[in-house]
This record gives sequence, C-alpha cells and structure tokens, in this order.
Amino acid sequence: MRIAAACSGYKRKVFTNPGPIMHLPFPSRSLLLALCICGGGAAAADNAALSPDQQAVHVLNRVAFGPRPGDIERVTQMGVQNYLDEQLHPETIAYPPELTARLAALVTPNRKAGDVVGEYVELQKQVRDEDDGARQRRRAALMAVAEETAEARLARAIDSPRQLEEVMVDFWYNHFNVFAGKGIDRALVASYERDAIRPNALGNFRTLLGATAHHPAMLFYLDNFLSTANGYTPAGKRPGQKGKATGLNENYARELMELHTLGVDGGYSQQDVTELARMLTGWTYDQRALIRSNQTFKFDAPRHDQGSKHWLGREVAPAGEAEGEMALDVLARHPATARNISYQLAQYFVQDEPNPALVDRMARVFIASDGDIRSVMRVLFASSQFLAPDAAGAKFKTPYQFVVSAARASATPVKNVGPLLATMTQLGMPLYGCQTPDGYKNTQQAWLNPDALTRRISFATALAAGRLPLAGKPAMVTPAPAIALDPERVAATLGEAISPRTRGAIAASAEPLRAAMLLGSPDFMQR
Amino acid sequence: MQRRSFLHSLAFGASILVPVGRSAWAASSSSISSNSAASPTGKKLIVIMLRGAVDGLNVVAPVGDENYLRLRPTIGLALPGMDGGALDLDGYFGLHPALAALQPLWAEKKLAFIHASGSPDSTRSHFDAQDYMESATPGRKNTPDGWLNRLVAALPGAPTPSRALSIGPVMPRILRGPMAAMNLPNGAGATSANVLDRKDIGAAFDQLYANHERFGRAYQDGKTAHAEVMAAAASAAAAAAQEMNAADRGAPLPNGFPDDAARLATLMRNDPKMQVAFVDLGGWDTHAGQGNAKGQLANRLLPLGQGLAVLAKKLGPMFDDTTIVVMSEFGRTARENGNGGTDHGHGNVMWVMGGAVNGGQVYGDWQGVGDQALNEGRDLPVTTDFRAVLAQIAERHLALGDRQLAKIFPNMPQGAAPFKLIQA
Repeated sequence: MRIAAACSGYKRKVFTNPGPIMHLPFPSRSLLLALCICGGGAAAADNAALSPDQQAVHVLNRVAFGPRPGDIERVTQMGVQNYLDEQLHPETIAYPPELTARLAALVTPNRKAGDVVGEYVELQKQVRDEDDGARQRRRAALMAVAEETAEARLARAIDSPRQLEEVMVDFWYNHFNVFAGKGIDRALVASYERDAIRPNALGNFRTLLGATAHHPAMLFYLDNFLSTANGYTPAGKRPGQKGKATGLNENYARELMELHTLGVDGGYSQQDVTELARMLTGWTYDQRALIRSNQTFKFDAPRHDQGSKHWLGREVAPAGEAEGEMALDVLARHPATARNISYQLAQYFVQDEPNPALVDRMARVFIASDGDIRSVMRVLFASSQFLAPDAAGAKFKTPYQFVVSAARASATPVKNVGPLLATMTQLGMPLYGCQTPDGYKNTQQAWLNPDALTRRISFATALAAGRLPLAGKPAMVTPAPAIALDPERVAATLGEAISPRTRGAIAASAEPLRAAMLLGSPDFMQR
Repeated sequence: MQRRSFLHSLAFGASILVPVGRSAWAASSSSISSNSAASPTGKKLIVIMLRGAVDGLNVVAPVGDENYLRLRPTIGLALPGMDGGALDLDGYFGLHPALAALQPLWAEKKLAFIHASGSPDSTRSHFDAQDYMESATPGRKNTPDGWLNRLVAALPGAPTPSRALSIGPVMPRILRGPMAAMNLPNGAGATSANVLDRKDIGAAFDQLYANHERFGRAYQDGKTAHAEVMAAAASAAAAAAQEMNAADRGAPLPNGFPDDAARLATLMRNDPKMQVAFVDLGGWDTHAGQGNAKGQLANRLLPLGQGLAVLAKKLGPMFDDTTIVVMSEFGRTARENGNGGTDHGHGNVMWVMGGAVNGGQVYGDWQGVGDQALNEGRDLPVTTDFRAVLAQIAERHLALGDRQLAKIFPNMPQGAAPFKLIQA
C-alpha cells in the first residue's frame, strides 16, 4: 500500500509519455538515445546489424552479468572488440581496492582446504561426543563457511571488472558441479572453486579437468575416494572383514565421460564405464594428511586395480596412477569432448540451440589449440552468430544471472548477500546447491515458468523499493530507511536492454513503480 | 529357494501384517466424491518422480529369494519379523521398513507394485533416462513435450492453467508442452498473497506482460493459477474452521514432502479444476553408504511414505477417484558395490495406489535375482514397460480411448500390460 499511497504525488520526469523528446527536462545521454530509437530505429533492428549501443548491451549481457551504471558508455567508447579482448585477459584488469579488501577480509575463502576440513571434522567429533552446544557451534560454523563462500562468489560477480572470468566461473562450476550440501563438501567447495575452477576458467581444458579430478571436493562428491579394486582389504582389516571401501564405485567414472568430457552420446559403453572406474581406483585423499599438511590428493596404490583394462577400444597395461592421467589425456583430446564442450559454451553464450556450424568451428579450434579455452572463446566472440541481431536477448536469464544482473543494474551496495541467496533458492537455483552432477541448465525451457516470473517481479519490486536488507544483516545494523532506486538512473544504466514498447508502458506509469517495472520487465528477464 | 516354497515356509511364520479394517481415508464415500467423479475433472492422477534412481530392490525387496542377501550382504533387508526386517507383503517380497506408513494402504488393497518395470532403453545416464520417462519416448531425445502434458490435452472438458500442476520452482519436463500448466513453490508460499495482488503493481506489470509474445502466456497462467489457488486455500480455511474434528488443523507439519503432500491434497479437494499433479523428489542416487533398514535410503523413504499416507488421508473421499504413481528413471545394481551402495541399474519397481487400484499385489513378470535372471549380469531386466502401466491408468482410470493413448504414448511396443492393475 505504501507505493499506492505514494502514487498520487509522482512527478513526471524522463518517463513522459512518448512525445517530442525536445521537451524533456534533460534526461541522461543514453536515455535520450534510447528514446530516440523508439522512433523506429530499434524496430528495424531485426534484420539490420546491431547498432553500437545495442552491441554494447548485448556483449555486456553475455560476457558480463549485465550493465552497471556507465558500462554501456564505456564499452561503446572503447569499442566492443577492445572490450572483448580485455575480458579475455582478466589478468590485465586491475581489481578495485575495495573489492580486494572485501575479499581479503573473508575467512573461509582464504583458508587452506585442509584447515576448513580440520575445523569441520573437529566440530563433528564434538557433536558425536554430545558436547553441550556442539550442535549449535557446528551449525554456526557451517553457516559462516557457506555464507562466506557465497559472499566471495557474489561480490566478484557483481563488482569484479573481470566479468568474463566470473561468467566462466559460473559456467565451469556448473559443468563440473559439486553439491555443497553433501558431507565434507560443505568445507571444500570454497577451495574447489578457488583452486580448481577459477585459475583455469580461461585456461587449458586438460588442466581444468585434471584439477577437478584431483580435488577432494570432486573425489568425495562422486565417491571415487571410496573406489577400490574389487576384493581390496584395507590395511588393519582381516580378509573378508568389511571396510567402507572394498570395491569398485562407478559414479565418478560415468559422469567423467557423460558430463565432463565426451557427452552422453560420446560413444562409450557400460563396459567402458566399469573399466575407467578400475583405472581410477586409488584416486582418493587421506583426510588426516589433508588436515595436517593440506595434501589434497593421494594415489593409494594398494587400492588400485592392478589388472589390465580394455577401455574405449584400447588395451591399457597396468600403470598405476598413470592410467588415470592417461585417461584424462585421452578424454580431454577426444573429438566428442571438443564437440560437447563447444556445444555447451555456444549454448551458454549464444542461444539455446546453437548453430551447428559454429559448434563445429569451435570444436576444431578446441582440438587445434589442445583445449585452450581462451582460443575457443575468441572464435565464439568473433563469430557472426554471436553478434547476430537474433542472438540479442535470445537467452532467458537463469535465476543466478537475473539476481546478479539486477544487483548490478541497481548499483545498490550489497554488504549482505543473504537476500540474493534466498531469492536464488526460491527460484530453484540455490548457489552451490545443485544436488546432481549435471549442474544447472541455462536454457529458457529449464527456467521459464509461471511461478518464476511472479517471483522475479516480486524480487525486482523489493529491490527497486530499497526494501531488501542488502546494507547488512537486519540483526546487526539498524535497518536503514528504504531508499527507492531512481528510475532514471536504472533506465540510463540499462539503455537499449529495454525495448521501446516497455519504455512506453513505463513512461505511462506512476514514477514509484518505474524502477520495479524496469527490473521486472520482460526485457530484463532476458539477456 | 523358489517363491512358492518360500510362501509355504512362511505360512506359519510371523507375518506382521494385521488386518486393520477400512482406514480413515477410505471410510467415507461421500456425495462429494461421486459428484466430482462425474465432472470432466473428477478423476485425478498424481505422479511422483524419484529423481536419481531409487533402489527398488530395497523398496520392494525379494527377501524370499535366496540370492538376495548373497548379493547384498550389508545393505540387504532382513526377513520379516527379524530386527530391522522388511515388512511382509506377500510372503516373498518385503517392503522397506521405513515405508511402514504405507502398510494400511497395502492391507486395504489400495496399493500395488509392479516389479522389474521401467524403460526399455538401456541407458544408465540419469539425465537421459529421466528425459525418456518424462517424454515417454525412450530412445528419442527430440520429443518436445512431456507425456503428462499430452495427457492433459487428451482429457475431456475445458482446460484451465490449474488443471495440471507441479510442486516446485521449475516446470518439469513431463509437463512441458502446449497445454497450460502451473507450478507452485514448495512450502507455505504457495498459498499466500504475492506482489501482483497489489492493484497498482499488478496493473503495471499487466501492461508489460499482457500479450507479450515471449512471456505473456507464462505470466497470464501464473496469475490465473494464483487466483485459483488463493480461492482454494480460502475455501479450505473456511472448511477447516467448520470442521468439528480437525485435530491437526493449523498444526505445523513436518517439513518437506509430507508438508507439500498435505497442501496438495487440500488444494485438490478445494479446487475441482485440478486434475493432474506432479511432484519430484531427489536424493536417491545412493552410490555409497545407503544403509539397510536404517541409513541414507531409509531417511529418504521415511518422509516419502509418510507423505503418501498423508496425501491419501487428506484427499479424503477424493482418494477413491485418484490414482497415484511413483516412478524412478531406472533401478540400481542387484549386487551392492564396494562402498555399501549400489550403482546404476535397469529395471525398477513402480508403485501405484488409489481407490481403483487392484492392490495388495506385486505385479510383473518376476524372474528372481539369480545370476542367470539378471540383465547384463548386474541388474533387473525390464519385463514391464513403464508406459504399459501408465497407459492402463490412462485407459481404465481416466477413461481415455485408444486414439488418445496412441498420442500420449506413441510407438509403444508393448500392448496392454498383462494384468489388471486398475479396476474397470
């Protein structure tokens, strides 16, 4: 009702009903431009190439999580190509000192994997010993770990000038998904993202694949840490006495081929799954060594299946740990992998059903460059499909993209990421919360549904009204009076991301509704 | 041991089933029930999908097969009557003890199982197998719609967005297609007012979304469905206020599936337009440490069984006009793996309950779990195509004809299931 009551006294400013632009009382540059295009320029854009401003919006929607204030102007000025080149080399882009300081102040994202696991195991032990308050301490500690891990991710996604790096982290984390709600992975996902995913996000695919394969978060998540030769008896156990790890587990081997590399139609059989699982027996971690000296991987030779294997049409002579490394080499260089990864990248960055010729071209570069992700991305960005007018806005934002892009467009400082995380959860995409190894999809079919639109509009309305407690946890700070977003500023930030039709409807609406209408508009649902 | 001799040996054994008489949910066959059954949306179908491949051999366990415990020395369920033992079903099969809440339904003959059933496609990929089970076109990936959406299209009467609903934040593959469907969030949010209920905000967004080419339909479906759900919730509240004996009125239910099941039943009873519902539950991919009578699988089964019992009970007389199917993309290996878990398998067990179900039986062409009987030496064969079960429900419960069945389940190789699961 608050907004309704405020309606009566709204002032007409930029969103005057579509009429002669000359009479407007000095709108910002991009909004003026945007309104000019209402006249007919954008309508004709279906067939024509994208205008420079439209290109800037499009690139910011794909290579970044949408525009922040001033981004469109900046990209237009430096040129789209220069922006893309810059983004492909994140190491050349300086972090703002405030972001660096914020990330440095977080505890978990800066701790060694072993230290976080050590704390986790100790708290579990105390819970087992039924120490008073241990449960509460454990819950609080786990909550802090989860919150800090999420804060590090979202602070970067919203504020990092290395936006492509953040977009690639989102892509690769989903590709090599690990569910943070499973046991010890609660303590490991921060390290997994920091040590395995992020450093390789634009690097070499084989290196990235190897980093995930060796990381305890993945070893635990897909059970390979338990997988042993059939009949293996752990040291200290009598033969026949059951231990936890006394046989083969296929889980990781299957997903390694189905999801991480070849793809489900990549031409492997159930026998190939079993044989690969045998080759990977002994790939594990030693929890004590992890805690004591941050040793995150161990090849446990006694667990390894010493027999020879027959995998993907080749004979594999017994070679211990090297069998698994060989398998990763073969998988990383396999043409089916090149196609699968290229398809997924094209789907994420271009459109839900990507052009086969584009996928082919990317796959060829994938192979020729020996899996250099940056080279593959360069081909994608240079393709006619990427900047084609029908690609602009073609993707429906995932909940993650929607929430992060709204935070960016709003330019609201986000000290408390809680409301953003809660919204992602409500929308079906809890951060680090995908239980299954396929990760979250990024297609319209997966995310567009009646309830989702209502919820997104609800979030947009609260954000625009300044009612989300983003300034700090409500319990810790005195709730600040809600400061509504300035709709002119939001409109200027989004520029041509908002269509003439939507601008017209917003212009005809009461001012207090306008910022919500922008962030909840059909135009803002897509990228 | 053969099934017959086992039955024999159990004849004087401790069968723990006690006849309980007609239970509360089956007791009243009120006029509401028969009235609503006569309307085009009177016959209801609820599909529960267990994503991740539930271990059917520990849900309906062949405890009477001498091979069972040999294959599953640590995770196998003990014989009925023993500590942590299975709950006897028919002297050969035993129900997982965490599903005790379903025993009365079994005794009432309102619950049946179809063992060694599933998709004929041999994939052991969760994602492909789920896709096939939801499109009902195994082996064909480009089917654009889900079978439940095609089924809604075939039903008589005028469609409304709330005719088919799903619980959860995303629209499942099975409901995808040209017919409108709605999804309700989990938890209490489903029946509370939303931002678009505020007149000025609703009007503002109507302008943006009305007739919008890309999002207009989803937006409008959301509004219509929300209005219906709010109306149903309001009449449910009014009904509850009048109910004399509503012991659980207003009491918070356990979180998760029992909670959602109760809400679903209440909505269905109060919105006669709702006819088809879908719920999916995850967390069944038990590769390690799945446990036996207790443990990971038991912890998942417990709320499922409770929720299904709540659903049956809360539907009240409507349960007589409802069929509930529980299915999962494939089964798991007959042999436990080295980590007290099971890997991806093939055949599984389907669960069917409802007023028209010829229950109290385990159906299917069961060949045991001896080495020779296993598919590829590792898991159950599929001797009943899941579509044959679904088609029989569509035909006998929802009264759909052959031509409609052929549209919902195209190119189905197997004809009618060789058993009468559903009373005519």
